[in-house]
Amino acid sequence: MRGVLRGGPSTMVRGGARWIAFGLALFLSPGCGGEGAKKDGHAGADGSAAKSGGTAPYHVGLVFDVGGLGDKSFNDAAYRGLQKAKTELGIEFEYLEPGEGSERDAALRQLASGKAQLVFGVGFLFTDDIKKVAAEYPDKKFACIDYTWQEGEPVPANLAGIKFREEEGSALVGALSALLSKSGTVGFVGGMDIPLIHKFEAGYRAGFLAEKADGKVLVNYAGVTGEAFANPAKGKELALAQIDRGADIIFHASGSTGLGVFEAARERKVLAIGVDSDQQAEAPGFILTSMVKQVDVAVFESVKSAKAGSFQGGVRVLGLKEGGVDYINDANNAQWITPEVKAKVEALRAEIIAGSFPVPSK
Amino acid sequence: METAFAFIAQVLRISVPYGLGAVGGAFSERGGVVNIALEGIFICGAFGAVWGTLATGNPWAGVFTGVLSGMLLAALHALVTVRGKADQILSGLALNLLAVGATRSLLKVMYGSASNSPRIDGLPGLPISLPAGFEAIGELLGSPFFLLAIAAVIAGQVLLFGTGFGLALRAAGDGPRALDGAGYSVGNFRVLGVLLSGFYGGLAGAWLAMEQHNFTDGMSSGRGYIALAAMIVGKWRPAAAAAACLLFGAAETLQIRIHSDKLPSQFLQMIPYLVTLIVLAGWIGRAQPPKALGDPYDREAAE
Repeated sequence: MRGVLRGGPSTMVRGGARWIAFGLALFLSPGCGGEGAKKDGHAGADGSAAKSGGTAPYHVGLVFDVGGLGDKSFNDAAYRGLQKAKTELGIEFEYLEPGEGSERDAALRQLASGKAQLVFGVGFLFTDDIKKVAAEYPDKKFACIDYTWQEGEPVPANLAGIKFREEEGSALVGALSALLSKSGTVGFVGGMDIPLIHKFEAGYRAGFLAEKADGKVLVNYAGVTGEAFANPAKGKELALAQIDRGADIIFHASGSTGLGVFEAARERKVLAIGVDSDQQAEAPGFILTSMVKQVDVAVFESVKSAKAGSFQGGVRVLGLKEGGVDYINDANNAQWITPEVKAKVEALRAEIIAGSFPVPSK
Repeated sequence: METAFAFIAQVLRISVPYGLGAVGGAFSERGGVVNIALEGIFICGAFGAVWGTLATGNPWAGVFTGVLSGMLLAALHALVTVRGKADQILSGLALNLLAVGATRSLLKVMYGSASNSPRIDGLPGLPISLPAGFEAIGELLGSPFFLLAIAAVIAGQVLLFGTGFGLALRAAGDGPRALDGAGYSVGNFRVLGVLLSGFYGGLAGAWLAMEQHNFTDGMSSGRGYIALAAMIVGKWRPAAAAAACLLFGAAETLQIRIHSDKLPSQFLQMIPYLVTLIVLAGWIGRAQPPKALGDPYDREAAE
């Protein structure tokens, strides 16, 4: 490359354009991100628990999704499940945060080839890799949260795929938004533009329109790669633009990108709705509620059954009926969710569970 | 009118890190050193800013540590390329990888997660009250960091094109042999140019951190490269490069604000990059880079 730069002015310019283009290409190519170095060398071995005498404690490995530990949302919910399993079941665990675009299969293999008897992949991005790795390690158990699956598709016997009907919980917070929005316009900020996140959008819209047929839902997605779940700066600008256009409540389903949505809500004094975990603490006074996905419960239950020897492969789908999704309603949001508002949302819940209000998932 | 102001405010907000980065890039490259490490400098600046704020509780101290962190990475680049005479692009690439890896490791060690830092409060705004409809722009004009950024861009233009130091720095990139002949050290000026790019890049990173209120793994998201593209479009002149950044900022704002059910979002996501590539391809023919850009200076080498 130096040779190119040593040429006359015109070749130098072309050389300059070439490396700029190279840099841009690194960022345009999904799954590359330009940093092979992202793979986190150190496993967060948290394995001091073991107060069991004699036999080694059950060992669980977990690989986090894009956004990683500390996203206050999806990944942190999975982590809570692990911690609960550690205190209540006395297991040991270790985890990896591969970050965006690096080798998820390598992380899964690293854990499966070690002490772990059960290995989690947290996030839909793991679907293909975990299927492959589960086949390579038939004597280990695997579980994947947000497993992508088509009806009738075979699943390895040592792999449990866990899916949620996010659209159902999203419909409830959509109805809540309709009942509480003063402007009649609300916003949805999605992470990566994919069918999984479309489920949140579709449910939110359906619930909102059920209560306010003439209202408006503004929709933006942060991107088309996994990085869209870890871009708070983008989330903030998307939310600010929606607020400029009249939105006074914004629901996000975007991992740590949503932290930016909360910053926008703080700045402009509007309400935001959290996702996956109860996100009230991220912007107290500005979080209307959170559409929670019981990822922690799913992780805990999987560990429990695997440890007890009753692990079952296959796919489980958790919706409102199964308690897999819900919205937060406690002392923190009593100022908004009055008994009348709550009655209407609960009526919708009953309809969804009874099947008389079909919630679209795309 | 209100939406127009909101649009302009968003363009300005998004353009700030590009503008600072482009000015920084101009200092380094005018001195003859290609600096694609700018991307890593942004990351270091952002991390330093969050760390400094969390450690001291004072966001301005955070801005200061952010700038220092950016300059630290730049110093490595200067050491390797000017003193070590190594390939400037390879050094930049390596430093970008180093910045990502090092910040992830430090995050893990200090805050227990390789992905996210705790939240910081950010810089308080000045109390400016403006009539309804002007809030969006008023918020920005009341932001001391925004005013600082504008001042830094102007200062950069003056320093590079209005002072003897700037003249000598440009000579280091355009005719190092002449500068050497006049009795100045080419190496020293180049090191200063690279350090100044670290200063500006660190400031840009601090801006990102203060706007976002935390540090996220790899949070510069390619902004350093866009800043370099703007620098070329602005023909290695700080003021013109900052103006080019407004173009990129506008493209990004457009992408954020256009919502259509007919256009796939994948296409909208491309807009800023597409504009970058089109503008680069269209303007590049007329852009004159510094003549000795990319060449390590060797006193003994024959003409």
